[in-house]
Amino acid sequence: MAAPCVFCGPAIASRFFLGGRVTLAQGQGIWKPAAAELQAGTRSQILRLKHLTVVKTKKNVAASRPEKYTVDFIKKQIEEFNIGKRHLANMMGEDPETFTQEDIDRAIVYLFPSGLFEKQARPSMKHPDYIFPKQSAIQWGEDGRPFHFLFYTGKQSYYSLMHEAYGKFLDAEKRQNQLQAKDLQMEKTKTKDPIVSRWLIKEELEGMLAEKLSDRDYTRFIQLVERFSTLQCGAAEEEFLRRFRRSVTIQSKKQLTERLQYDEQGRAFSTSEGKRKSAKAEVVVYEHGNGKIKVNGVDHLLYFPVTQDREQLMFPFHFLDRLGKHDVNCTVSGGGRSAQAGAIRLATARALCSFVTEDEVEWMRQAGLLTTDPRVRERKKPGQEGARRKFTWKKR
Amino acid sequence: MRRAGGQAAGGGGELSSAGSARTDRLPTARSWSGAPDRASAALLSVWTLPPPPGAWPKSLWLDFLRKATPEASQLSNRTFGSAPAPTVSKLEDRSDFNDEIINEPLKHSDFFNVKELFSVTSLFNARVHLGHKAGCRHRFMEPYIFGNRLGQDIIDLEQTAAHLQLALNFMAHVAYRKGIILFVSRNRQFTHLIENTARDCGEYAHTRYFKGGLFTNASLLFGPGVRLPDLIIFLHTLNNIFEPHVAVRDAAKMNIPTVGVVDTNCNPCLITYPIPGNDDSPPSVHLFCSLFQTTITRAKEKRRRVETLYRLQGLQAAKR
Repeated sequence: MAAPCVFCGPAIASRFFLGGRVTLAQGQGIWKPAAAELQAGTRSQILRLKHLTVVKTKKNVAASRPEKYTVDFIKKQIEEFNIGKRHLANMMGEDPETFTQEDIDRAIVYLFPSGLFEKQARPSMKHPDYIFPKQSAIQWGEDGRPFHFLFYTGKQSYYSLMHEAYGKFLDAEKRQNQLQAKDLQMEKTKTKDPIVSRWLIKEELEGMLAEKLSDRDYTRFIQLVERFSTLQCGAAEEEFLRRFRRSVTIQSKKQLTERLQYDEQGRAFSTSEGKRKSAKAEVVVYEHGNGKIKVNGVDHLLYFPVTQDREQLMFPFHFLDRLGKHDVNCTVSGGGRSAQAGAIRLATARALCSFVTEDEVEWMRQAGLLTTDPRVRERKKPGQEGARRKFTWKKR
Repeated sequence: MRRAGGQAAGGGGELSSAGSARTDRLPTARSWSGAPDRASAALLSVWTLPPPPGAWPKSLWLDFLRKATPEASQLSNRTFGSAPAPTVSKLEDRSDFNDEIINEPLKHSDFFNVKELFSVTSLFNARVHLGHKAGCRHRFMEPYIFGNRLGQDIIDLEQTAAHLQLALNFMAHVAYRKGIILFVSRNRQFTHLIENTARDCGEYAHTRYFKGGLFTNASLLFGPGVRLPDLIIFLHTLNNIFEPHVAVRDAAKMNIPTVGVVDTNCNPCLITYPIPGNDDSPPSVHLFCSLFQTTITRAKEKRRRVETLYRLQGLQAAKR
């Protein structure tokens, strides 16, 4: 609180100064009546100054809120909310039974229009579960005894989960040992999930437990649960473990393979487009051919004198080991020589997808042949020479 | 807070009980008030009469004198923060309840008969007498060690039995008066067992990473008005790096009495009721867990029975 101190600083200093004067006056005997007068005068002045030097502390609004929300309090809030919801529905002329949160929001916006920019400062009516955070519910009873036996650890839900998981793991291990002793061990049937699943991520686990976790805690939990899953366990344990698995939908990075078209001679061909910087290319790839490439009616050797550009054209075929097997006919416009080469490369790769197996398409995708290069020319900014280059810095 | 081992062995006759002739001075379970009470409560378990002046250090003598005057804050709870103490129920306001239920067990030396739960033979069979090698020996454990065999320290089971009886008796009294008991250990081999024991007793366990300031900064960590444990039981006094567990020191700071199984490499100084014994072998730890569980459940059962009896008596008196 720097401001109030600064404010009362000079005032206090003057107060002390006056006090000093008073004592000086007291020391000299002949001046006693005058001193008394001076004292009275200064004292009133001091009193006045005291008034001025009241230090204002900033009221801690967060602390003045009730810290613990008892179960009864929350219940009452929920009841009040529900009654209020019904009143609001009646006010709006709608059916109280089917009045959803969106309807409430719309009604509040209609009844209390607010021009405030801060969305959270506008009037709102939400269910108490969203307003009062769940954690501040007190964890102990009337006599002060906590409800959970791991309360004093600090992270009761996490540690109780670990405890439970470890208990189940020990039971499963014991059962397995018993079966092994009796030589009744069944082969661990690897039930491959048709839908691939993954373990929970740390944020999901935190949400499930309503507690903050550290990375170490999360790693420990995953280690335990991994070890548990390697054991052969019954239906109950499988159910327990399934709570911590989430299905992973295979990334549908499916390339849209173009249809094969057939021309008059019966040759199969496929067409596709490609872009790079500001160059656009449209390519037709014929199935059987010598490996001739025609660009805008001209042979590629003439159109692209630079080796680098011709290598770019070659790359998709080289990758699929089909160098001399296809004929290419393409039209390209815009961009520069390198951009046009890149555009044609992308277009040919896309066209080749229809002649090739799915695995090879996946390999091409991983090689980056089927991705449009997102790099475009960055604009020049004012106050700078170029997009990034600044003007020469002069010391003086 | 810790009684000298040698003196304890000498003053066997006085080592009778947690209870003494003091009736209305000892605080109830819910009114553990400030610093002097705990120390004196623990000490008064040993000394039945005030020693001659000069025999005691001045601070303890002052504590004793302070205890002689009636406490104003009988019902102050060890709660922290701005929240007021929980209201005492009407049942416990009456003084006859106090006399019959709370003070009655204090008049006997072994009210809960904890002696029958174990014997020196059972301790021996559970390998409680086996200590660490001579090189690991802690200086303050020397009074409790019987001897050394082939480099391994052997703990004196006679002393162990005496200490164990005191500790179990104290534990039973705390449980009888509805105190919160916290089991602490940092040995990962027995984490699951100890947590199960605590849960079966209806008490609490902390066998995980001990966050700093758990006791000393409780109102910030848990919330205002949290109630701290009234007794801490250490199954393992050392943590995973062979240093004394932080909770030993913190409990001493917060005036929480402790019971602890101290091995030959542990420091028994700050523990109120040390139990010299083996804390590494599974049979030993299993035995201790079962003993603690039995005492606590017994004491709680006794309390429940006494309360129902009192309530029935009250009803009968009202009828008449």
